[in-house]
This record gives sequence, structure tokens and C-alpha cells, in this order.
Amino acid sequence: MSTKKTLFDKVWDSHVVKHVEDGPDVLFIDRHLVHEVTSPVAFLGIKNRKSGVLFPNKTFATADHNTPTINQHLPVADPLSANQLKALEENAKEHGISHWGLGHEKNGIVHVVGPEYGITQPGATIVCGDSHTSTHGAFGAIAFGIGTSEVEMVLSTQCIMQPKPKKMRINVEGELNFGVTPKDVALYIISQLTTSGATGYFVEYAGDVFENMTMEGRMTVCNLSIEMGARGGMIAPDEKTFEYVKGREFTPTGAAWDKAMAYWKTLKTDEGAEFDKELTFSASDIEPMITYGTNPGMGMGISKSIPNAEDLEGGVATYKKSLGYMAFNEGEDMIGKPIDFVFIGSCTNGRIEDFRAFTSIVKGRKKADNVTAWLVPGSHKVESAIKEEGLLDILTEAGFELREPGCSACLAMNDDKVPAGKLAVSTSNRNFEGRQGPGSRTLLASPLVAAAAAVTGKVTDPRELMKELA
Amino acid sequence: MAYDKFEILNSTAVPLPIENVDTDQIIPARFLKATERKGFGDNLFRDWRYNGDNTPKSDFVLNNPTYSGKILVGGKNFGSGSSREHAAWAVYDYGFRCVISSFFADIFKGNCLNIGVLPVQVSPEFAAKVFAAIEADPNTEISVNLPEQTVTIVKTGEKESFDINGYKKQNMLNGFDDIDYLNNIKSEISEFAKELPL
Ligand code: SF4
Repeated sequence: MSTKKTLFDKVWDSHVVKHVEDGPDVLFIDRHLVHEVTSPVAFLGIKNRKSGVLFPNKTFATADHNTPTINQHLPVADPLSANQLKALEENAKEHGISHWGLGHEKNGIVHVVGPEYGITQPGATIVCGDSHTSTHGAFGAIAFGIGTSEVEMVLSTQCIMQPKPKKMRINVEGELNFGVTPKDVALYIISQLTTSGATGYFVEYAGDVFENMTMEGRMTVCNLSIEMGARGGMIAPDEKTFEYVKGREFTPTGAAWDKAMAYWKTLKTDEGAEFDKELTFSASDIEPMITYGTNPGMGMGISKSIPNAEDLEGGVATYKKSLGYMAFNEGEDMIGKPIDFVFIGSCTNGRIEDFRAFTSIVKGRKKADNVTAWLVPGSHKVESAIKEEGLLDILTEAGFELREPGCSACLAMNDDKVPAGKLAVSTSNRNFEGRQGPGSRTLLASPLVAAAAAVTGKVTDPRELMKELA
Repeated sequence: MAYDKFEILNSTAVPLPIENVDTDQIIPARFLKATERKGFGDNLFRDWRYNGDNTPKSDFVLNNPTYSGKILVGGKNFGSGSSREHAAWAVYDYGFRCVISSFFADIFKGNCLNIGVLPVQVSPEFAAKVFAAIEADPNTEISVNLPEQTVTIVKTGEKESFDINGYKKQNMLNGFDDIDYLNNIKSEISEFAKELPL
């Protein structure tokens, strides 16, 4: 066997406590992120087994899934949500885990605050009871979502038992076209692979496009890895990564920084290392994307028309059910469809760069009257930046309001629900039936596409508006 | 939490021949607000099973008395999307002990194995035969034999083997879970932690 290792191998192998014969690896976890929804039963478990938390300083808790995005200073009205938030607070306190609850200055979506405070670091293993944990792979970490039983395992032993996934490399070469964002790159890849195309694999993204991407953009791409079934996705750390990580609250300093840097610089795939699968795409084939169906793989270039069932792989009946739910027809154009809601936010596109992109189109225009817009920053830090950079003034001028941070309409566990039958353009990550509220219909897109829809009231190619700007 | 041992399951099965069934359908997010693992079966496939006014949708398979049993047969890429273990809990709590599909999403499959639901991955051809057999006769029995790692359509004798790693198989046969295993090697883990770079 070759001794050449991929980035993934390097990080994985160094965290294997032991290999169970004819079974999984026992994988040590460096950083464990916890939120209110998938943790209460795990804490109950450690209570019942009297096992305690082995390394409380490696677990970090934040409240995000259930939290309201207005009037966060008031008591949470929904008693069930309030109960979960209280449970998280009490569990964290009991076990000495740091907790950034509602109202805390560091509060925000778990995958937004992790990187912001330097919890996310290259070469780390990071898990959370949430599938979009893959976000943290942007830093060259192995990061993936786990179930509640595994949350309990990490709390009590700092390990989980996982078979080593297969390895896939996805290269996107060349330069991105005008108006094409990291979100479009990800939606394009998913549309090519389908929602199950990377199941069983851990993905490394490589090539010009990812090298040139900002850290925010890399997070958006890695975040969406799960939507093609991958366990996670990662990008080799580089100067941009180190620059981002440096000086954050949980980032090592002094001698520890030098030691960490020496390790981090080794984190790249060796020349000639083997992948189980390798795919290469050309950046020039990608245009601004939009989804038309009920899974993230059902996406296409915004200027195209909805494919015919016969031209696709997969079940025709399932495809028709999906279009039926969306109330769309084969062959229809997406451009021009009137929309009702716009949601910008989530761990996919709720960072400062996303709000900058959104604002760049909104500037000097007005929100369309038929549109209800929810602008939800991913964290208080993002919220502050929106204000400090003057984006809020532009947004207000255009008729938009900013809400307080949280997952919000990404999964609609709080009051931010898109009503049945209404059509939303969302910068989030899932367009499943009812994801944004029972009966809601979701079009996934980039912040630019969302902005174009918000000011025109219909699906609009953002490049049209950007041309006018230029 | 330990669960009931799984050896051989002979049961009728409930067919759900839809592809890419995501965990948001299996259990919608608004039912994830509990702080205990209780009652999730009531909301299994909530929005496919009930109308907005909570009346049952007569065309959904769980509301059709013709079909019942401890085996759920799903379409390709079953359990995609969110990592919520609540989806597996809902399947278990409703009364299913086994899900058969031609393809499972990773996290859902892992969650099932952790809580005592056996995910049985079969070839697309065999999955089609199972759907056809149930359609021809809703009372047809499926036999899932974990020690032998086979699934059989009893009436026709058609049989296929399935994969499961040896460790997980032993766990299922004995009703053990990973937490028991890990709790037993805690000192080894603590030793290991001292050597890590981060
Ligand atoms: S924003 Fe959405 S996808 Fe991200 S953690 Fe919250 S609910 Fe999950």
C-alpha cells in the first residue's frame, strides 16, 4: 500500500484511538459543538448511566435552532422551546460546559460561531448533532454531523465509533463567471452528483476555484457537502486559513501557536495519494443556480427551464411527486415566477460576506411590495458587522429590516414559518417538503439571487441587476 | 440506551416506494422540541400522514389498514438530510424494527444501528421484487435473518444476502450499543488524548 496520504487520511488516522476488529474505528473528537435540540436526550443518557462528561472543556454549547429572531430580550413564548433552552442551560452548567445562550453576546448559529471564536481549527476532528457540521471542513478539519446517541458518546468518552469513509476529490478548475458565488458552485456540484452521489464518501475540494475562495465561501461549500450525501467535505488549510484563525479567542497563542502552525502546514494531500473517486468540473460551466424541486439536487442554472422527467436518472414517479408539491411543470422557466418570501440567513449563507452580496444588489432599490423578507444574521458578530459596515442603513433605506440571530426559517422550528403554498427564495440549504413550515415551497439560491428576487418580487437573474449597477 | 435483541424477524411489511425520503418527512422539525425520547412514533411521517387539521390522509400507506408489520420498505436513498436521530426513534417507536431499502443515507443508517433498528440494504432488483410481492399480496411475509445476514420473501423463497460489519452485528444480536463499548475503554482514551497535537 502506498504511504502517500490524503489530507483526510492525515487528520483521521491521527485521531484513531483504536480499530475494532471487523468493525469501526474509535475516533477521538477534539471539538464538540452542542445545541438545544439534539442534546437533551444525550444528557439524560449520561445521567442514567452515571457516566459524566470526560472533557467538558472540549464541548461548547449555543442555542440556535429554537430561538426567536425578534424580541430576544423577552421570555421565549413557546413553552416547549423555552423548555429545551432551559435544559441546555442547566445541562451545560451542571457539567461545566461553556454555554452561549439566548442573549449572550457570542450567541449565534453553532456553525457560524465555531469559526468566529477560533473553536474551529485546522486538523481538528469536530462533531455536532447537526448534519451541517461539515461547514468546519473549510479549515481543513474533519467535521461531520452525528446522532444523539453519538452526542452522548462524545460527552461521556470524547469518542465515537465510525467506519472510515471512502475518499473523493472534487476539483473545480478555472475562473468563476460573473455573478457566480460559492453557493452556486455547491448547488452545481450537487445537481451533478444528486443528493446521494457522495454517500459513503468524505470529500476534499481542490482546484483553482476553492483556492481563490474566501474562508466564508469555503464554509458555504463545505456546509453543503451533506446535501449530496457526503459525510463531510474539507479544503486544505492555506495562508488564508491561518490568517482567519489567528488572534481569535480560542486560537492558540505564543509557543502553542508555533506548534500548531508547524502541524497545520503539513495538512495537505500528498502528491500521488489515492482517492476512491475523483471528479473534475470546469468553473466556466457554472451560472447562478436555483432549485426547482424538493431536494437540493434538483437545481439548475437560473436561465434554464425545468427538466423533463424522461431526461433524468431516478424514479419518474418521485420526480413528478416533487414537481407536484412545488406546483411546477416540466419545461417551465424559473425566471419570472412570482415569489412571496425571501430568507437570507442560516449556516450556509448567514455570514457577513452574504449580507454584503445581498446589499450590493439591494442598494438604491426598494423591496418589492409582494415580498416578505427575513434577514437573519448567523450570529451577533455578523449582526454587529452589518451595522458597523453601514449595510444596515442601506437595507433600511430599501425597506428591509434586520432580525436577531438564529437558525430561523432554515428549519422553521421557531415562529419564522413560510405559510402553506407560499414560495420562498432562501439562501439556506434544504428545500424538502415543509422544511420552512408545513406546505411551504422553497427555492434554494445564493444571496445575489435572493436579493434580485427581493427587489423584483419574482425569480430574477441577478446578473441583469448587476449589469445595471456596473 | 440498550434495546431489544435482534435475531430473526418474520413479519409483513409496509411499502413506501418513494425515493430520497428525507428525515424532515420522517419527523418534521416542529416535533423535535421534546427533552425526552418519548412519543415520536405518533408523528412519524406526520405531514404525509395527516392533513393540516389532523385528520388522517386516507391515501398514505400508514393509514391504510391493508398494510402493517414491523418492516418498512423504502425507496432509494432513504433517510437523507438532517442528522436528527429522532427520525430513527420515530421509526422504532412506531413499531418498526427493520427498514429495507436499496440505498440508505449514511447518518440515518448509523443512527438506526445505534438504537436497534436494522437497516437492510438490498440490490435495486431485490427491492423491486419485495415491492412487487407486497403489492401482489399485502399479507406476504418477509423474513430477515440477522445471524445468516439474509432477507427472504417467504412465499416465493427469493432470498438475498446483506452486509453488516461484524461488530455491529454482534451489538444488534446482543442488544448492546457503542456507548457501552466506549465507557469500558475510557482510561485508554484518556491516555490517547495526552498525545494529541491540539
Ligand atoms: S441554520 Fe439550518 S442547517 Fe444550519 S444549523 Fe441551523 S437549522 Fe441546521
